[in-house]
Amino acid sequence: MNNLFGYKKRDTWLNHTTGTAKLVGFLLLTTIGMISYDTRFLLGLGLFAVVLMQTTQIKYHEYALMLNLVLVFAVINLVMIMVLAPQYGTQLYGTRHVLFGSGYWSITQEQLFYEFNLLLKYLFSLPFAIILLFTTNPSEFSAGLNKIGVPYKIAYAFAITLRYIPDVQSDYHTISLAQQARGYEISKKASLKARAKGAVQIILPLVFTSLDRIETISQAMELRRFGRQKKRSWYQEQSFSRRDVSVLVGSVIIVGIGIALLLSNGGRLYNPFK
Amino acid sequence: MNNKQKKSGFSVRSVVATGIGAAVFFVLMKFIAIPTGISNTNINVAEGWLALIAGLFGPVVGLLVGFIGHTLNDAVTYGSPWWSWVIADALFGFLLGLSKRFLALEYGDLSAKKLIQFNIWQAVSNIFVWVVVAPIGDILIYKEAAQKVFLQGAVTAVVNIVSVAVIGSLLLVAYVKSRPKKSSLRSE
Repeated sequence: MNNLFGYKKRDTWLNHTTGTAKLVGFLLLTTIGMISYDTRFLLGLGLFAVVLMQTTQIKYHEYALMLNLVLVFAVINLVMIMVLAPQYGTQLYGTRHVLFGSGYWSITQEQLFYEFNLLLKYLFSLPFAIILLFTTNPSEFSAGLNKIGVPYKIAYAFAITLRYIPDVQSDYHTISLAQQARGYEISKKASLKARAKGAVQIILPLVFTSLDRIETISQAMELRRFGRQKKRSWYQEQSFSRRDVSVLVGSVIIVGIGIALLLSNGGRLYNPFK
Repeated sequence: MNNKQKKSGFSVRSVVATGIGAAVFFVLMKFIAIPTGISNTNINVAEGWLALIAGLFGPVVGLLVGFIGHTLNDAVTYGSPWWSWVIADALFGFLLGLSKRFLALEYGDLSAKKLIQFNIWQAVSNIFVWVVVAPIGDILIYKEAAQKVFLQGAVTAVVNIVSVAVIGSLLLVAYVKSRPKKSSLRSE
């Protein structure tokens, strides 16, 4: 199950940090990055994230696919905004410095600056997410969620999801191969209609095995008296050490800087054009 | 014994349904997606599954399946969850879950009228969620350009209405067929 998120045992300090601390840190940092539109802050946060990722010994080829997907996603979105709303930047920043072109299609400094900010926003969280996913044992997430106040039944549902994704995946794979052997085509070569038909032939068995699975698992859990008590303990739960506290304090300090910048800018945008 | 369970609200079966539901949602979203050509907008088989699971287990399970499934998919694909769309998907699960009452799938009776009602409801929910909630979230949370997010939202709404209408209805019918009819047992 650990392959899904690329988790591996590595001997670095971030690996030894508890899931709860990393989860809280991730949520704090990505939230402040989501709110702030301060270019300096986002650049700093992004650089910090990259440096942090260097300390975890994660290899480039492990996250290359993810990086490419994010880049493609970012480029498509930026081009779409350029085409659909080329004057949105001037509207946001309230000034207009035309670089070239005229009318609807004129390219302004404000627009380029806005899109640069957007690009930073698409990219800055990726290293944090890679750190979180690649250095945390998935089973620790549910313990962590429960610790930060998510009711344990929901945290446990999340644990079941993580536990059964590989099973469902292998079910899907088996069914898919069986149906392909019977002549249903789902690859890109087939027409849309044939693909849809093939997809349905895979989904139906998958749905029914999954519904059966729900019955089996819930009966087993009921037999073991799941949900009797108000609290539960977690096998993967770890107590906080000095390392975890420093991760939390560090994140809070960065969030503090972000909020200070929000206040000094008088809003979410950092405006160099004034 | 039963009282205690009702107090805590969330039954064991709902917990498991949420867990497995989100796992299947994730796998469907990741592996069976037919691209439409507009960025991060796919013909989504997963939404059809969401319709069935929400219709069977109710709004809370629907909400959580949408939330967990979408968050995980985003986290694994793009590095971090795109919260405005996650919230939209969760809300969609919740709205579909409200159809549990009138569908009453467990009793194995799904008339054409019910199916039409279900499809009207899913279309309304889809439009509300993808044309109103998701774009407004994009604008408020991410300060994206309105023209772009409303186009994305509109395309997603259309695509999802079609996917739920086809895949969702198909799953509902198949499920009901597999259940015994309510009146199939008679006391003698």
